[in-house]
Amino acid sequence: MTAPETRWRLHVDRDLCIGSGICAGLDPDQFTLVGGVSVATPAPVPPTGAAVDAAESCPVEAITVRDAADDHLIAPEP
Amino acid sequence: MTDTQVGTARPYPFGEPDRLNLHSAYAELRRQEPVTRVQLPFGEPAWLATRHADVKVVLGDPRFSRAASVGRDEPRTTHRQIGTGILAMDPPDHSRLRRLIAKAFTARRIETLRPEATAIANDLIDQMVAAGQSADLVERFSTPLPIMVICRLLGVPHTDQGLFRTWSEAIVSTTSLSPEQIQEYLANLHGYMAGLIAQRRVTPTDDLIGALVEVRDTDNDRLTEQEMVELAAGLLAAGHETTVTQISNFMYVLLTHPDRLAQLRADPELIPDAVEELLRYVPLGAAAAFARYATEDLELGGVHIRAGEPVIAALSSANRDAEVFDDPDELDFARGANPHVGFGHGVHHCVGAQLARMELQVALRTLLDRLPEVHLAVDAEELPWKSGLLVRGLRALPVAW
Repeated sequence: MTAPETRWRLHVDRDLCIGSGICAGLDPDQFTLVGGVSVATPAPVPPTGAAVDAAESCPVEAITVRDAADDHLIAPEP
Repeated sequence: MTDTQVGTARPYPFGEPDRLNLHSAYAELRRQEPVTRVQLPFGEPAWLATRHADVKVVLGDPRFSRAASVGRDEPRTTHRQIGTGILAMDPPDHSRLRRLIAKAFTARRIETLRPEATAIANDLIDQMVAAGQSADLVERFSTPLPIMVICRLLGVPHTDQGLFRTWSEAIVSTTSLSPEQIQEYLANLHGYMAGLIAQRRVTPTDDLIGALVEVRDTDNDRLTEQEMVELAAGLLAAGHETTVTQISNFMYVLLTHPDRLAQLRADPELIPDAVEELLRYVPLGAAAAFARYATEDLELGGVHIRAGEPVIAALSSANRDAEVFDDPDELDFARGANPHVGFGHGVHHCVGAQLARMELQVALRTLLDRLPEVHLAVDAEELPWKSGLLVRGLRALPVAW
């Protein structure tokens, strides 16, 4: 028996996103610009520093990183 | 596929900046040779990308690096290296520094400064009106407004602006200052900032400089002393040089486009869209700069770029790309979506973008509200333009009301 691996759920609020491209530049595996707006990988992803950097660097705080198991907010800091 | 020889590189910039007019060569290149070989006055030959789509790739794709410019003879319009510090870093190093300041510049935080910025703008206009019927907008309004706001945000006494206003020109100077002056002014700016930092080690403050000092002194690994000094000095200088210039540039465009000015006066709710359109329309940069180095072989705009070659992204040209903007040379406040790259794109997207937006909105709204009859006090052809800078801007903008 091993503990279930932690997974994160990433989300971009399309209404807030201004398409700065910061997140897609920081973490191109998880964020892609579609029609000028960022879209995050829909499925839960393994934890990475880049995803936290993306959420903390977003100028309009459109990105959230949450624990996929219990939904608690990992980034951005308030 | 184009196989261009180094010998065919065009001289770049295409000419001296002519007010806010974008050189016609950009439109020709977008149509015929969107990624072309250029030679700048200093540094190695480069590729120049002129289309919106290619510019976004150069700025946004991690296969292009700013850190790789370090140690290279970077293509540039001045003898010195201009993109240093945080502007010469890639993630994750870049993220480490950017995260320390990004929080202070989010849309939410900047919005809390809007009432104070509006009060400052009104106060400046009160002073102008009390003094007469005409004034130089650059000196009396466009310059003090962003300086007082960035001073408030950073925690710099605005009463010191007589000092740092002079020194700040060093960060945007190409030939306006001698190499010795640039060195001296940058050293002065850094020394001044080191002084403010030292004060905060005695008496902590809750401004941005105070926050950087706290990070530095509690977590040594996140920020070196030199990084902190350069970051704070860079924010002070960049935090006003660009917005100071754009407030006057925007007013110049409006005062020379009476129909658009009348439209804004009639419907001030258009101001946020007008600011976005002016950010697209006004070519702030005198020339494209800050080359990105390809980290692997790749294709861009039909051209083969080899690993290690520098590419320069022409933001002002991308903002006039007819593939993205209908009638791109028209000033149109009703475009709706406006995906301009006036603040850049990708990880180096202007950290002060939301601050600049707010200040530009406040500036236009307050000027049009308080001075409904504002007009140029001299013929537009007589206005003096600055030269020898990375940016295009007016030396003076005499207006009457």
